[in-house]
Amino acid sequence: MEKLIAGDIYYLMYLGRAFEYKAKEHYMTGDISGFLHLDIGQEALSVAAMKAFEKGDVFTTYREHIMAIARGMEPKYVMAELFGKASGVSGGKGGSMHLFDPSHFFYGGDAIVGGQIPNAVGCAYARKYQGNLEGVMVVFGDGATNGGAFFESLNIAATHKLPILFLCENNEYAIGTNIKRAAPFKEQYKKAEPYMLTKAIDGMKADEVYSAVKEAQSLIEKGHGPIFIEAYTCRFEGHSMSDANLYRSSQEMKHCKARDPLPYFKEKMLNSFNFSQEEVEALEKKANECVDEAVDFAANAKEPPLEALYEHVFYEELNNVVS
Amino acid sequence: MLYREALNRALDELMQKDENIVILGEDVGLYGGSYRVTEGLVEKYGEKRVIDTPIAELSIVGNAVGMAIGGLRPVAEIMTANFSLLAFDQIINHMSKFHYMSNGKIKLPMVVRFPQGVSRQLAAQHSESYEQMLSAVPGLRVVATSDVNHAYHALKKAILLDDPVVFIEHELLYNKKGEVDFNDTQDPFKARVVKEGKDITIVSYLKILDDVTASVAAIEKELNCSCEVIDLCSLNPIDYETLAKSIKKTSRLVMVEEDHKTGGFGSQIVSWAAEELFYSLDAPPLRIAGEDVPIPYNRKLELASIPTVDSITKKVIEWGHKNGL
Repeated sequence: MEKLIAGDIYYLMYLGRAFEYKAKEHYMTGDISGFLHLDIGQEALSVAAMKAFEKGDVFTTYREHIMAIARGMEPKYVMAELFGKASGVSGGKGGSMHLFDPSHFFYGGDAIVGGQIPNAVGCAYARKYQGNLEGVMVVFGDGATNGGAFFESLNIAATHKLPILFLCENNEYAIGTNIKRAAPFKEQYKKAEPYMLTKAIDGMKADEVYSAVKEAQSLIEKGHGPIFIEAYTCRFEGHSMSDANLYRSSQEMKHCKARDPLPYFKEKMLNSFNFSQEEVEALEKKANECVDEAVDFAANAKEPPLEALYEHVFYEELNNVVS
Repeated sequence: MLYREALNRALDELMQKDENIVILGEDVGLYGGSYRVTEGLVEKYGEKRVIDTPIAELSIVGNAVGMAIGGLRPVAEIMTANFSLLAFDQIINHMSKFHYMSNGKIKLPMVVRFPQGVSRQLAAQHSESYEQMLSAVPGLRVVATSDVNHAYHALKKAILLDDPVVFIEHELLYNKKGEVDFNDTQDPFKARVVKEGKDITIVSYLKILDDVTASVAAIEKELNCSCEVIDLCSLNPIDYETLAKSIKKTSRLVMVEEDHKTGGFGSQIVSWAAEELFYSLDAPPLRIAGEDVPIPYNRKLELASIPTVDSITKKVIEWGHKNGL
């Protein structure tokens, strides 16, 4: 990893965490409502995977604020979406769980567990058909690997040798149900092994995530076909803001937080990538300022007009077709 | 030309013009399509464009959504309506919603086709109709096609539109004969007046429309009246304008559908007429629909579970006598 990329990753991880804490704060005040799934603790995976997979297309889940930002969406438009404002990335009609930006080849923001996986497979089919092997990355949690959509997708992706990276974020919990109670083994890559190349990594280490995803993307681009990466992570908060996180002991949370990706990568920044303390602090300051600006922007942005209710139900009105 | 040939021709013509159009589904390729709608297309366009899928309906529609996001125009075939239930998550949570919840940033030019309805003794898991559920999903266009000419034009429009379309066919219509009017400029997504009349508006769609048409002569003779028959064609959005024009003229409404009566699609038409056209009506609307039972295997029971030419004729005549006709 180059120094420039390391700096970018640290900046985005730090920004991501600050963004999530601000979102939490504004959820408490009522500025943000609905379901809010915070990504605190999992910034390494969200940022490094997006930075490594810079080409191609991305499909992901509802815990996607940081991924969207790392993919290139401006924090202020993401925050505005959380606030339900017209200038939000989805015009205030999607909310926290549905961030879309085709200009960055980022397609949600899907809130049906596993539902985005067949969409990603279809997109990978389209890309291969178009002669484009840059690849599609689909991110999902360990919970999704127990559903039918996941298994159907492995089968189809392998049958057609599609350019797709399955990236499983295994944080061990499907809301409050531990993976041990929902699957016969803890390592979910075993489910993909008969179909494709698999790899298990520490998802809390940005450098490890970056190199694994980069390598996978480069193999896919060379025509390798589908690859499965399982990244072991730990979320520091509950599943969403309505989850009090009572199913994890303080011991478990202590162990979890000891794997905090931010201090780990900060140490790498200072000792492996030759950043000075001042340089790191400058990045942190810049990130905090960006998040503050995002909140200001979102707070002052306009609500969608009432007419927006009826917009975009259909793309084209009747009689607007050339046949 | 047969109904299935008209559908085939629509696919063929457009696939020839646009290589972004792909077909996917179970046995659509080498086998030639369960109802031969896609016959000959794999030989012409290859396996990359006519894709034989595993028996995984969720993925058929889910992949089509992803293909549309990726710039293709997929036409997905589900072998029969009951199997579409496995894809309902993708149809309702994904296909119908991405355009709206992305505030118009995502568009999904895609079609999901399937046949539905009572055929001949296929029993409860191969005979049902789902337009009542699908037409109630905002963001999905739902089209039901009842004849050769309409099938050709409507499928072409469904493929060319940038909206997701559920395209409903009927198992008993595939071998129906008819002509395609290549100069037909009517919008295939608007209701069509199949037969003009002045005393009763009979609204229907899909296969049961043929039974309505076959019962009209006896009804007109017995009631000494004339019936206007309307094929809805599009079940979402509904062409209320054409319906209102007819009902205001006839002052009477009969709604005929094959599906189970409770919660059936026709209840929307009748409740709309009650709300909007109450003072134009000279009689309470009549709804003729299937029984509220799973479709049985036995032929006698099967036929008793849905409207037929005889039962439609009898019910409309009884209703007519009761209401001053």
